[in-house]
Amino acid sequence: MLTKRIIPCLDIKNGRTVKGVNFVNLIDAGDPVVLAKQYAELGADELVFLDISATLEGRKTMREMVLKVAEQVNIPFTVGGGISSIADVDALLKCGADKVSVNSSAVKRPELVNELADKFGSQCVVVAIDAKQVAGEWLVHLAGGTIATELNLFDWAKEVEKRGAGEILFTSMNNDGTKAGFANEALAKLSSELNIPIIASGGAGTVQHFVDTFEKGKSDAALAASVFHFGEILIKDLKKELQNNNISVRL
Amino acid sequence: MKLVIIDYGAGNIKSIQFAFKRLGVEAVLSNNIDEIKAADKVIFPGVGEASSAMKMLQESGLDAVIPNLKQPVLGICLGMQLMCNSTEEGNTKGLGIFNVDIKRFSNSVKVPQMGWNVITDLKSELFNGISENEYMYLVHSFYAENCEEAIATTDYDVKYASALQKNNFYGTQFHPEKSGVVGEQILKNFLNIK
Repeated sequence: MLTKRIIPCLDIKNGRTVKGVNFVNLIDAGDPVVLAKQYAELGADELVFLDISATLEGRKTMREMVLKVAEQVNIPFTVGGGISSIADVDALLKCGADKVSVNSSAVKRPELVNELADKFGSQCVVVAIDAKQVAGEWLVHLAGGTIATELNLFDWAKEVEKRGAGEILFTSMNNDGTKAGFANEALAKLSSELNIPIIASGGAGTVQHFVDTFEKGKSDAALAASVFHFGEILIKDLKKELQNNNISVRL
Repeated sequence: MKLVIIDYGAGNIKSIQFAFKRLGVEAVLSNNIDEIKAADKVIFPGVGEASSAMKMLQESGLDAVIPNLKQPVLGICLGMQLMCNSTEEGNTKGLGIFNVDIKRFSNSVKVPQMGWNVITDLKSELFNGISENEYMYLVHSFYAENCEEAIATTDYDVKYASALQKNNFYGTQFHPEKSGVVGEQILKNFLNIK
């Protein structure tokens, strides 16, 4: 049986992890390669690296980091942040990334999704969507949730599926950072209306939240950052608890 | 030992090269027919869309070379699919090494299958030391039907062949280079095939 995936997400700036990471026995908690290896050993199913560098120099450093991660890590990983062209994706895949995620650039120019799927295959095209529920409607937001668009989350998700996205990474801006659970209603709706995998993001605080997003939210994977980075939830324990709840995981 | 990864422009082959490097083996990326023929072991990778990948093979003349290789050959993911008779993806005729057709998953499941699933019914030296129901990483929308040449099966939508073997030709639908230590053992086993 295909298992539900647990995905730690690392924010990277100029080749270094930015959000605090508080693992024991780490030589360098700021080194994404060291962290990635550790997560792979701890049972993570996949990793996401989000580049939040704002400079060209930072982007170049990101590619060097991707190359080092690919050299040393034996599980798949996705790279996102600032990707807006075939050339960007080509460079990252050549460095060994398995998938890339596009967000604002796809909203600005939806044809990008078709171009990437045609050129590299849907399997490596993740479309990340940040959305916020405003007056009952889920609206897509850009630039880390700061800029609202008029796009409806579900319409946009269906459109990118048609254009060739292989997977959706949905972050609820209402839930992100709250540690109060994932946006399971919206997730379940996405999962029933689309036929590609959905990654839940935003709101993870407890083990039960993961159980809920797989059961109620029908998510195919769950992504989180701080609960893993600060050791609040250990991936092994989380997976055991999921298994106790009859949720299929890789242990 | 000389290990060659066929480089015909199809997708992420760096990961495969790195996986072998972690095992202490330097793999050469090449599209040179003489170099491929002279290798001790050959990896036939592939990621992307079947008909365009097949076109690239034909343009380089590799479509005629691969089926006649005598050394152990391992096709991975789309590489494995292209070694079969045909695929529904782009109505593409394959290399015909494995006597099986590639179909698309039905829409009763999410397509692509993306993530970790188990392999069962293992029967090949490729799986020496690997137990039934180990998890492997898979990303695919098309699958090989279960058949006589299956050396592993996986359940998703249907029970399908997740690995194939015929004589010196091996193929895995899953990505051993991305499947943790178990995947690395499979690559090691491939290197040990005489």
